[in-house]
Amino acid sequence: MVLKSLTGNHAVALAVKMARVNVVAAYPITPQTTIVEKLAEYIDGGELDAVMIRVESEHSALAAAYGSALAGARAFTATSSHGLLYMYEWVNWVSRARVPLVMAVVTRTMGPPWNIWTDHSDYYEQRDTGWIQGFAMDAQEAFDMTLQAFKISEDPRVFLPAMVGLDAFILSHTSMPVEVPEQELVDEWLGARTQGFVIDGSEALIHGALSPPEYTEGFIEDVGKAMEEAVEVVREVDHSFGRTFGRSHGGLVELYKCSDAKYHIVLMGAWAGDAMEAVDALREQGYSIGVVRVRYTRPFPGEELYKALSSSKGVIVVERGVSFGSMGPVFLDLAGNMLKYSRKLPYMRNVIAGVGGVNVTYKDFEYIAKETINYLESGEEPSVIAWYHAR
Amino acid sequence: MSSIPILPRHMRNTVLPGHAACHGCPIPIGLKVVGAAFGDKVILVVPACCTSVVLGMHPGTAFNGSVVHVAFASAAAVASGISAGLSKRGVRDVQVIAWAGDGGTADIGMASLSGAVERNDDFIYVMYDNEAYMNTGIQRSSATPAGAWTTTTPLGKKEPKKDVAKILIAHGAPYVATASIAYPHDFYSKLKKAAGIRGFKFIYLHAPCPVGWRFDPSLTVNIAKLAVETGMVILYEYYDGGIRLSGPSRPLLDKSKRKPIAEYLKHQGRFRGINEGELRSLESYVDSSWEWVKKFMQ
Ligand SMILES: Cc1ncc(C[n+]2csc(CCOP(=O)(O)OP(=O)(O)O)c2C)c(N)n1
Ligand code: SF4
Repeated sequence: MVLKSLTGNHAVALAVKMARVNVVAAYPITPQTTIVEKLAEYIDGGELDAVMIRVESEHSALAAAYGSALAGARAFTATSSHGLLYMYEWVNWVSRARVPLVMAVVTRTMGPPWNIWTDHSDYYEQRDTGWIQGFAMDAQEAFDMTLQAFKISEDPRVFLPAMVGLDAFILSHTSMPVEVPEQELVDEWLGARTQGFVIDGSEALIHGALSPPEYTEGFIEDVGKAMEEAVEVVREVDHSFGRTFGRSHGGLVELYKCSDAKYHIVLMGAWAGDAMEAVDALREQGYSIGVVRVRYTRPFPGEELYKALSSSKGVIVVERGVSFGSMGPVFLDLAGNMLKYSRKLPYMRNVIAGVGGVNVTYKDFEYIAKETINYLESGEEPSVIAWYHAR
Repeated sequence: MSSIPILPRHMRNTVLPGHAACHGCPIPIGLKVVGAAFGDKVILVVPACCTSVVLGMHPGTAFNGSVVHVAFASAAAVASGISAGLSKRGVRDVQVIAWAGDGGTADIGMASLSGAVERNDDFIYVMYDNEAYMNTGIQRSSATPAGAWTTTTPLGKKEPKKDVAKILIAHGAPYVATASIAYPHDFYSKLKKAAGIRGFKFIYLHAPCPVGWRFDPSLTVNIAKLAVETGMVILYEYYDGGIRLSGPSRPLLDKSKRKPIAEYLKHQGRFRGINEGELRSLESYVDSSWEWVKKFMQ
């Protein structure tokens, strides 16, 4: 094990290299670009024995990555916002085809207006596509989650593509010391690629042919079943990763100071660090509060969240994105999933903040938490959904 | 072509009975030749088009080889990926062929095709040209010829046909050829030749569609032949910087040997409403195509 100072993007690139991918197909877009630039450097420098397909668009990036994965290659691509939207047809195709591969999504606000800073709307819009969706908090986790993404995606119980989300700039372009394991250990832990079928001419296979509704329905239902299986696979992979490399991130969610907390902030991404800092400060002021960090939005960690939040006095879901005309996607998923376990839900609030890349600091989280808690303790309920404008 | 190759007998084993093509469809004719050339050692990459239907409905299949059905715009990109994946794994005994219609090639697939040519990715791309979007009900494509009726050009298409082979030659593709379902031996030789070249290979395949062109299904091959004999379709190969006319088109360099275009048009309902002006513009399209070919002939 060595410590390396890496940006979030370079941590992803290094993990992709250490997963020994065979094919990278990608197209530049800020702030994802430094991932594929680094991979190009690895490949041209002879450090990574892979083919790089320098495609002419994101639509082709995922199509080409998919083709190589069908043919038995471990494949990777990465993109952001408009690139992700441009490849949307393929995002859906790959998961329904049940072909394992990994894509990093550096989250960025969609235009107009043009904006390169982070919010989570691009990532949220993928939630019905059938991809495993993880979201990292720091560069170390971006590294670990990328390796884990290959393992989860290639698990025979899953065989679905996996997405690793990380915030533009806040994570993609800032450095931190990252523990990098030995290559041999990674090889041993990750193992050789497995997939449901390979199209390489060794036998005549037809994939994706016109199918009557009865068959198609079954194929689609199977995606859902694989997603259900993935819940346990994500937990297992986090455990085995922890045993092998000495780092575990908590599986589908991370709980911070939750064991005795009465109130909870729920969120995902890099700003969870700011929320944790706010919780430290709030605790010093006598507030009983913790952070529930969602690491995976697909499969959605309903069970974990129910356990963590069912007896909460107040749940504040803070999100960098909203489903227009409704609420934040994590809030909606949370409320729906809690109902699987109980009809009686704790008080839950949805705060939309940091949209368009507005910087949100620990001070803002402190403010949001205090405002909510003070309302609730005075016997009043604050509005369930609110936009918070960071100052 | 110096000699006519003998097509292997197993060509009939590739397209199996029970396919879903219309009577007189050119697609099974073309695919049989692909089967003759490669047997079941072929991976077809098929975007949305008539072929996606022709090959049969799950759980059956009418193709004895591998087929990857893909999104409409992506035949070339997926073929690039498969080719890269196979080469990384050292698999060399199977031919990857992107098999797409004119819409999937000349229109929505143009960018991904252009990318694959420029990268010189190693596979064969066959554009079968039935000159409209047939799968969705005979809408015009950029490869529909001027004057032709389609459901989106009820008065006839105004613009001339987009010549994709020409565009690919300008891209610097190592091998570009034009073929016709009326000349299976010629198409066969071109597939075989392409398979021996590393890098990107493009074969244009003229494929008259009785349903969309409004002709009797028994006439498919005759119409395809007339297209060549009138000079509407010029059969050639391009490699090493030059064009070589193929056997059936060679004598037609002499314009007087070409049949009048009207003979080709008269069997086709889609040209029923064509007026003198449109006929002239078709003729001048043909003349300029020949002039262009002459410039690059070796
Ligand atoms: C992105 C997308 N847009 C539109 C369609 C609908 N569509 C399916 S096939 C087709 C036309 C295919 O035409 P062509 O490529 O010429 O092949 P043909 O059907 O004539 O054989 C269209 C428009 C689609 N499947 N995907
Ligand atoms: S519409 Fe034309 S090309 Fe399509 S299947 Fe029928 S005959 Fe063949």
